[in-house]
Amino acid sequence: MPLGGDCDMNLRPDPTFHATPKLAMAAPPETLAFTLMLSPDGAQPDGLAVVDVNPNSDTYGQIVHKVIMPNTGDEFHHFGWNACSSALSPLTGHAFLERRYLIIPGIRSSRIYIIDVKEPLKAKIHKIIEPEEVFAKTGYSRPHTIHCGPEGIYVSTLGGRGEDGTDGPPGIFIMDCETFDILGRYEMDRGLQDKHYDFWWNLPRDYMVSSEWGLPPQFENGIVAEDLLSNKYGHSIHFWDLRGRKNIQTIDLGENHQMALEIRPAHDPAKQYGFCGVVVDTTNLQGAIFTWWRNEDGSFETRKTITIDPQPASADDLPDLLKGFEAVPPLVTDIDLSLDDRFLYVSCWGTGEMHQYDVSDPMNPKLAGKVEIGGIVKKTPHPNGKTFGYGPQMVEISRDGKRVYWTNSLYSTWDDQFYPGDRGGAMVMANVGDDGGLTLAEDFWVEFPKGYRSHQIRLEGGDCSTDSFCYPNT
Amino acid sequence: MAAEPSLAALWWAVIGVGLFHGANPGMGWPLAVSAALMEQRRSALLIALMMLGLGHFLAMAVILVPFSAMYALVEWQREIRIGAGALVMAVGVYLLISRRHPRFLARIKPERLALWSFLAAIAHGAALMLVPIYLGLCRLDELDAGHRAATGLMAENFSTAIAVAMVHTAAMTVAGGVIAVGVYAWMGLSVLSRTWFNLDVLWALSLILVGALGIWPAVQAT
Repeated sequence: MPLGGDCDMNLRPDPTFHATPKLAMAAPPETLAFTLMLSPDGAQPDGLAVVDVNPNSDTYGQIVHKVIMPNTGDEFHHFGWNACSSALSPLTGHAFLERRYLIIPGIRSSRIYIIDVKEPLKAKIHKIIEPEEVFAKTGYSRPHTIHCGPEGIYVSTLGGRGEDGTDGPPGIFIMDCETFDILGRYEMDRGLQDKHYDFWWNLPRDYMVSSEWGLPPQFENGIVAEDLLSNKYGHSIHFWDLRGRKNIQTIDLGENHQMALEIRPAHDPAKQYGFCGVVVDTTNLQGAIFTWWRNEDGSFETRKTITIDPQPASADDLPDLLKGFEAVPPLVTDIDLSLDDRFLYVSCWGTGEMHQYDVSDPMNPKLAGKVEIGGIVKKTPHPNGKTFGYGPQMVEISRDGKRVYWTNSLYSTWDDQFYPGDRGGAMVMANVGDDGGLTLAEDFWVEFPKGYRSHQIRLEGGDCSTDSFCYPNT
Repeated sequence: MAAEPSLAALWWAVIGVGLFHGANPGMGWPLAVSAALMEQRRSALLIALMMLGLGHFLAMAVILVPFSAMYALVEWQREIRIGAGALVMAVGVYLLISRRHPRFLARIKPERLALWSFLAAIAHGAALMLVPIYLGLCRLDELDAGHRAATGLMAENFSTAIAVAMVHTAAMTVAGGVIAVGVYAWMGLSVLSRTWFNLDVLWALSLILVGALGIWPAVQAT
């Protein structure tokens, strides 16, 4: 359509948009994955790897294309699509966007890349938004999570203004989903929110949930042990009137629950609950999952429904940071929920375990499967014999729920504290049993170029942490 | 003397435009499906359709009623018809070129269906599409009745405006309702993404066409 210019309006909705999670599960399986590559010391530019995940292909498990950025020091972390199933919202009435661009923020540089992946094997840079533009138009810095919502593309940030990002609170800004112009801040009333990390929502019920990691000085040069032990990282989650742009409730999970990170609502919008992962409980080194839910009257509540214990270890086997504790904490640094809202996957980056919980009853999760790989102390090798550096970190589930992919790097400076030395980027996959259970696929192992680590994964056509659905399963 | 369209043709046009609006997902029938599914009640579908119809009716009335008053200025009727037709065409051309979705609609709460429907109809020029047809009907009434006092004309034009808005909204609700019930009860949500066609261009062209058809007889009548 020449009239639309770059707008890429289709005559019919993109076939990767689905009205319900159930319809998305029935879509054809993914054949490609997009994985972020970061250069931990900024020696090389960061990049996007296109990975062949089609088991019938000759290049299965290999990087088949790379987009290398023109700058160094961006530090890629999370990323997302320009459009997803939320385009089918009955309220927008225009479902004709194309799932075509990946929006990749640099959390260290505040630069944002828009990558055109219409032809994945020829993926290329479409647009670069320089940090100065982000600062000038939003007063925020260090962009992070991407979701497609009612007013465009929503981007959470971890920092405010100023050199160290502490001049004013961080928040969310909105980008135009066609031109990628930054439209401005989202919040009209942020209430108690003064830190940020992840966010997600229930579109038809019109609420959003956001979480807290810490302010830039608390993470950019590594974890600050004094801040952690004095409970100064984020420990609250915030509930918002989504279209009203107002914080309507803040729940403090308890100051010992340090770093409330990923927010994973049930995908079926008829369900009004979700989960939030907490990295570490400073009273006992446990990792934790909280279930949050919305009451009839619109108020929210939370309850701790999963705890994962630390594992005893000899000080000799531990990095300096942990020697005094004589234990390795699980470090719950990512969680992901399958599209049928049945299995919650929990990355225990410290102990080197991937847990699978049956959360059919969200108030009473049950451990259904577990894989051990990597880990600070155990260093469990992959079944193919290779050493998996670090531990399971960013996790992504196939739409049909049968395959779970993960990588191993958390964040450059934190990797170096918990896992000193360079241990190599990796991406692995595990198969899910019909009734739960998790087994690593021996024939899937993605090797990354020397000097690169790997972070978030996106699957072609959408996955379990990108698409927001507007209609309930029937 | 140019050939004016017949009374029957104009009323069919009111109904036809109503069916077109109702079938367009942009005028809200997917909201009726979503309401029934979210609330798990069939009746929610009907209530949603009624709310959407109410908003649409008000949008039609808000645009047509001022024209009913203006059109009582008998000596300016020709200019009003040409001006209205040109305005409708201009909106069509604008929508064809800009193709931008009005962002303020995204701020409306999902439960405010009547407000959403009202603003969506205004923002997309849905009500304007009826203006040239409505003015054609007023002219036929007037030819029928001969010259009368302005107050009498105004009252008659007003009741015609309300009748046009009601008939149009009824047709719109029937078309949207049939599709919504079909998707909800039989076809399932998978048809939503398969049968949702981009009507943006057709919509803009319809405005241009209706505007031109309104201007044509007025220009001819000298």
